[in-house]
Amino acid sequence: MSEVAVVGFAQSPVAVRDDATTSGVEMLVPTIAEAFGACGITKSDIGFWCSGSSDYLAGRAFSFVSAVDAIGAVPPTMESHVEMDGAWALYEAWVKVLTGDADIALAYGFGKSSGAELRRVLALQLDPYLVAPLWPDSVSVAALQARLGLEAGRWTEKDMAEVAARSRAAAAGNPAAQVSGSVTAAELLDRPYVAEPLRAHDCAPVGDGAAVVIIASAARARELCERPAWITGFAHRIDSGSLGARDLLSVPSAAGASSAASADVGSVDVAELHAPFTHQEILLREAMGLGGDVAISPSGGALCGNPMFAAGLARIGLAARAVMSGRAGRALGHATSGPALQQNLVCVLSGASS
Amino acid sequence: MTQPATAPLRAPLDIEFDYTRSLGPVLSQFMAALAQRRILGARGADGRVHAPPFEYDPVTAEPPGDLLPVGPEGTVVSWSWMPEPLAGQPLAVPFAWALIRLDGADTALLHAVDAGSAAAMRTGLRVRPRWSAARTGSIRDIACFEPSGGPAVPDDPGTAEAADGMTVTPVRLHYMHTASPGEGFYLRGLAERRLLGQRCGVCGQVYVPPRGTCPADGVPTHEEVELSPSGTVTTFCIVNVGYPGQRVTPPYVAAAILLDGADIAFGHLVLGCDPSEVRMGMRVRAVWGDEGVSHFEPNGEADAPYESYERFM
Repeated sequence: MSEVAVVGFAQSPVAVRDDATTSGVEMLVPTIAEAFGACGITKSDIGFWCSGSSDYLAGRAFSFVSAVDAIGAVPPTMESHVEMDGAWALYEAWVKVLTGDADIALAYGFGKSSGAELRRVLALQLDPYLVAPLWPDSVSVAALQARLGLEAGRWTEKDMAEVAARSRAAAAGNPAAQVSGSVTAAELLDRPYVAEPLRAHDCAPVGDGAAVVIIASAARARELCERPAWITGFAHRIDSGSLGARDLLSVPSAAGASSAASADVGSVDVAELHAPFTHQEILLREAMGLGGDVAISPSGGALCGNPMFAAGLARIGLAARAVMSGRAGRALGHATSGPALQQNLVCVLSGASS
Repeated sequence: MTQPATAPLRAPLDIEFDYTRSLGPVLSQFMAALAQRRILGARGADGRVHAPPFEYDPVTAEPPGDLLPVGPEGTVVSWSWMPEPLAGQPLAVPFAWALIRLDGADTALLHAVDAGSAAAMRTGLRVRPRWSAARTGSIRDIACFEPSGGPAVPDDPGTAEAADGMTVTPVRLHYMHTASPGEGFYLRGLAERRLLGQRCGVCGQVYVPPRGTCPADGVPTHEEVELSPSGTVTTFCIVNVGYPGQRVTPPYVAAAILLDGADIAFGHLVLGCDPSEVRMGMRVRAVWGDEGVSHFEPNGEADAPYESYERFM
């Protein structure tokens, strides 16, 4: 198989932005420019563009078309879109480069999560016949999963709070983070429930943001980046859409994506996990077999900044940055989508081309 | 030129749409049974009973055989507490979301439990459905579940009018829409009865309405330009079809209008003459109304030559 590497990454600071539109253009233009600058390229070098976003965040149809202003699509360019996190857009871009249709491709994801009540909007991703008409919000659905694990003895509320405390401490070094700082698990456990058994610290904050990842074929990657992050495995899987028929304490799609992406995923140095709820980080580590010596989400993870449709792509970008900077030999980026970790994607990156 | 005011323009955006969905053979039976206050499940090839029923067996992908009755009571498998219910949810008072395994089933149904307080909820709690009085063949025919041990509500058969094989799902969403800086600049100009655009610093094109970003170059646009209220019809159509919410009675003309000094045409109405008089190259001017430009009308000038607008079509 021909080789493809991540050569550039940028993300906007995650925040509730009153000045940002649902088209994402204001967040994307500087972010794309930053990624171009790092690689020393311009828009004319990009052979394929792919975006991830959702009309449900924008409240209007075909909202992603407005975002195309940010890429300067004149003369016409090869462009595509997924109604998914930008991580899945990156997957499409990766396939495009693998097939030789493009040498350099750019994936971007963006979301103005704060345009409406996010947890309510996300009810619309549920089964439209049997579940969505009840409007179960995303936080409540995650809370059902959290309680199953608590009562099965898989984790405690203290374990969950410790995930939050560790994430916030790690995010202190991440300028894009929305939440960071020093707090103890005991302090967090003193705070009230928002959706028992979840407290605010168990849930990713609502934030707006954008992320951009540039990939290139082997022939171009070394020109653009001193130490490309070679994609050695890339896979995604999905579990049943029937919440009540799933075993919510195993995540077969995460285990399946991770083993398809790498036979030896436990040996990565860094794993950036897209866990929007504290207990989901615990579930993902177990499902993927990530041991205690793997640095988990040194950015602070999605718990410290979860711009919808960009956060998963940013996880891959951050994992790639760990490799490109030489801080990691191998790194894993993960993205999730759907209720209670229904869909999972894993991208494994290495400083050494195979 | 004036600088745009810094505060972004924001306004509520409420959208409503009702999805009418066909239910298919399995869910048609399930929903029709709900209207009759019965709950059905499906037995899979592995012997497990799914309630709600699957449409295709998750193991064999075969459709289910005859559906079988389950419940109506069940057991809470997991729950979470909703202290401040959101619009559209089954109850307006604090309630529990629960995964409920109905008697005879091996999978769980997600629904609301009217337990009164979180202290009254627990995994293992026995619950029974509380039926809606007016049932239409919808998951909401179950108003919610309630603890089985509580006082029984007097049996009221209510009404059942299930639409055959169809279900309607209302969707109501509430956004706070934010105008981009370019859009805000344009909208504030309209309030002053001025037509404002922006020029790209790279290609020099003038965009109206301004987009904040040049779609050709992908760079922010900063230079502000005031445009003439006069322009040229580059192309048009005569609208003869009515639709809900239409503000002008057909027939009328929707046109692409190139303002003098602009490099992009924008869509607007041409009124003030018979639709049959509108033609490509017709010179028009903006007519101001209470909400910006109401429409355009002929300004009496001689038609613009085709060459003057052909590259803008």
